[in-house]
Amino acid sequence: MNMDIQEMIKPENLVYNKPRLMNNNPMHYCPGCSHGVIHKLIAEVIEEMGMEEKTIGVSPVGCAVFAYNYLDIDWIEAAHGRSPAVATAVKRLNPEKMVFTYQGDGDLAAIGTAETIHAANRGENIVIVFVNNAIYGMTGGQMAPTTLEGMPTSTCPYGRDIALNGYPLKIGEILAQLQGTCLVTRQSVQTAAAVRKAKRMLRKAFENSMDGKGTSVVEFVSTCASGWKMTPEQSNKWMEENMFPFYPLGDLKNL
Amino acid sequence: MNEDIKLMKGNEAVAHAAIRYGADGYFGYPITPQSEILETLMAEKPWETTGMVVLQAESEVAAINMVYGGAGSGKRVMTSSSSPGISLKQEGISYIAGADLPCLIVNIMRGGPGLGTIQPSQADYFQTVKGGGHGDYRLITLAPSSVQEMADFVELGFDLAFQYSNPCMILADGIIGQMMEKVVLPPFRPRKTDEEIRAESPWATQGKRKGEAPHIITSLELDPAKMEENNIRFQKKYKKIEDNEIRYQEYECEDAEYLLVAFGSAARICQKVVEVARAEGIRLGLLRPITLWPFPAPVLSEYANKVKGMLSVELNAGQMVEDVRLAVNGRVKVEHFGRLGGIVFTPDEVLQALKEKIITQ
Repeated sequence: MNMDIQEMIKPENLVYNKPRLMNNNPMHYCPGCSHGVIHKLIAEVIEEMGMEEKTIGVSPVGCAVFAYNYLDIDWIEAAHGRSPAVATAVKRLNPEKMVFTYQGDGDLAAIGTAETIHAANRGENIVIVFVNNAIYGMTGGQMAPTTLEGMPTSTCPYGRDIALNGYPLKIGEILAQLQGTCLVTRQSVQTAAAVRKAKRMLRKAFENSMDGKGTSVVEFVSTCASGWKMTPEQSNKWMEENMFPFYPLGDLKNL
Repeated sequence: MNEDIKLMKGNEAVAHAAIRYGADGYFGYPITPQSEILETLMAEKPWETTGMVVLQAESEVAAINMVYGGAGSGKRVMTSSSSPGISLKQEGISYIAGADLPCLIVNIMRGGPGLGTIQPSQADYFQTVKGGGHGDYRLITLAPSSVQEMADFVELGFDLAFQYSNPCMILADGIIGQMMEKVVLPPFRPRKTDEEIRAESPWATQGKRKGEAPHIITSLELDPAKMEENNIRFQKKYKKIEDNEIRYQEYECEDAEYLLVAFGSAARICQKVVEVARAEGIRLGLLRPITLWPFPAPVLSEYANKVKGMLSVELNAGQMVEDVRLAVNGRVKVEHFGRLGGIVFTPDEVLQALKEKIITQ
């Protein structure tokens, strides 16, 4: 069928649009980065649940520090690693609100490990969105707790050396062990199918938080084309070949 | 008999006053000599009566960040700790100051540095009034010298914090926290409703309403020109606080030839020193700063025109004395006397120091 552009953008012909909660601010994320898609999924889920006026996000320190510039909801920007503590108080003091943190691997699994584990262990009724791209993007590509063995970064330029730096941290598996978590799932957003599946799990996580079931963690194994020094296409391939074997996708816990 | 007159520790008075004031949340971590605050709140179970949230955090760091989150959503939230724990909270305090948020922090000081001792000290004066965390910010600082003031300053502290949208600290020590005294507790007041919070703190993250811009709590601003504007706004606020909120108490100052300057527990001891000195014929007065920041510098500046010398009496190696000297600006002799590391001076020691350092010089 041949449609011209004017025909295509008629409401009845639209098969895809930008969520209302996403504003028109130009994103600072690099081409090929997973953050933009994950932001969009969060916006869609909040809209579809009709929770636009009841959601409070807690943004991290890291690439997503400016998440509050892109999603038109109320936000609190937390200190590095502290967002689960911040979200704990926001949710406990405002139990009718929907509260989530958005954290990278350094924020969640290095500097904020204590806050993350204890919030999850208390079973705080929050959603933790965890973007694991195995590198510190915002500060220019340093080693993360989840950096793979042998993977080069600016602070392990010859590749992560286990003797020197220890092992990549499977924080998702640790969080799944805690009695306070009801959902710990590992997703990705590099294909349309993966995006659809990830969105379903994100929705479940947000529903859990409003049903008072405890802490839900949605980990996104993600790309960082700039930090990895690859093209977007190469990074998707590298993620599938190197990240997925070590961080296998799927539910680690789903009660 | 008023049934609200009680005998209790200063720490317990803080807990009861917080519940009665209508505080929304307390987040803390145990440390001597302030653990009774958290213990009393947990025993009182205010979540069943006023709806106040009380939570034992996994660390002082988590506790102050819980306060940051709660304050960001417009709630009246507080934490307490003692010196080493307050050091851990400095990052969060700086963020709270940088985001213009109101909250109450209680420091029941103990001797340092390091793990130090659990005995009382006033060695966190610098940390509290000169910064502590990073950046150009100020904490409204209240120094209680009785169990009654421990209770009263919860209300005053929250009120000042919300009036100026600024963190406020109650700076006491192990003596004031642990000693038992008569106290009249304030009446119960209801907690603010969400509508009242929206009216009082229109910036609070209570969920974005249709037609309104999102509320964003942050201290981040990468544009240096805008960051300078933020700082200029902070400084204007601090100036306003300095102009309006200085509090102090004068004791036997009217005809004083010499002046003691002391806060908190040290001021209690100095009250006795004044009595003993006056019995010996020395015309001695005591000026007790109640707000350590804003510091009562204008008052001390006036006294510099009336007295022959001042002795700053502190449970530290000489911290507040620097502010006294700045206020006096060389017009009269100002010296310091203190005991360190958790030792508390006797009135005799203070009087001896006054004679040696000020009167006979």
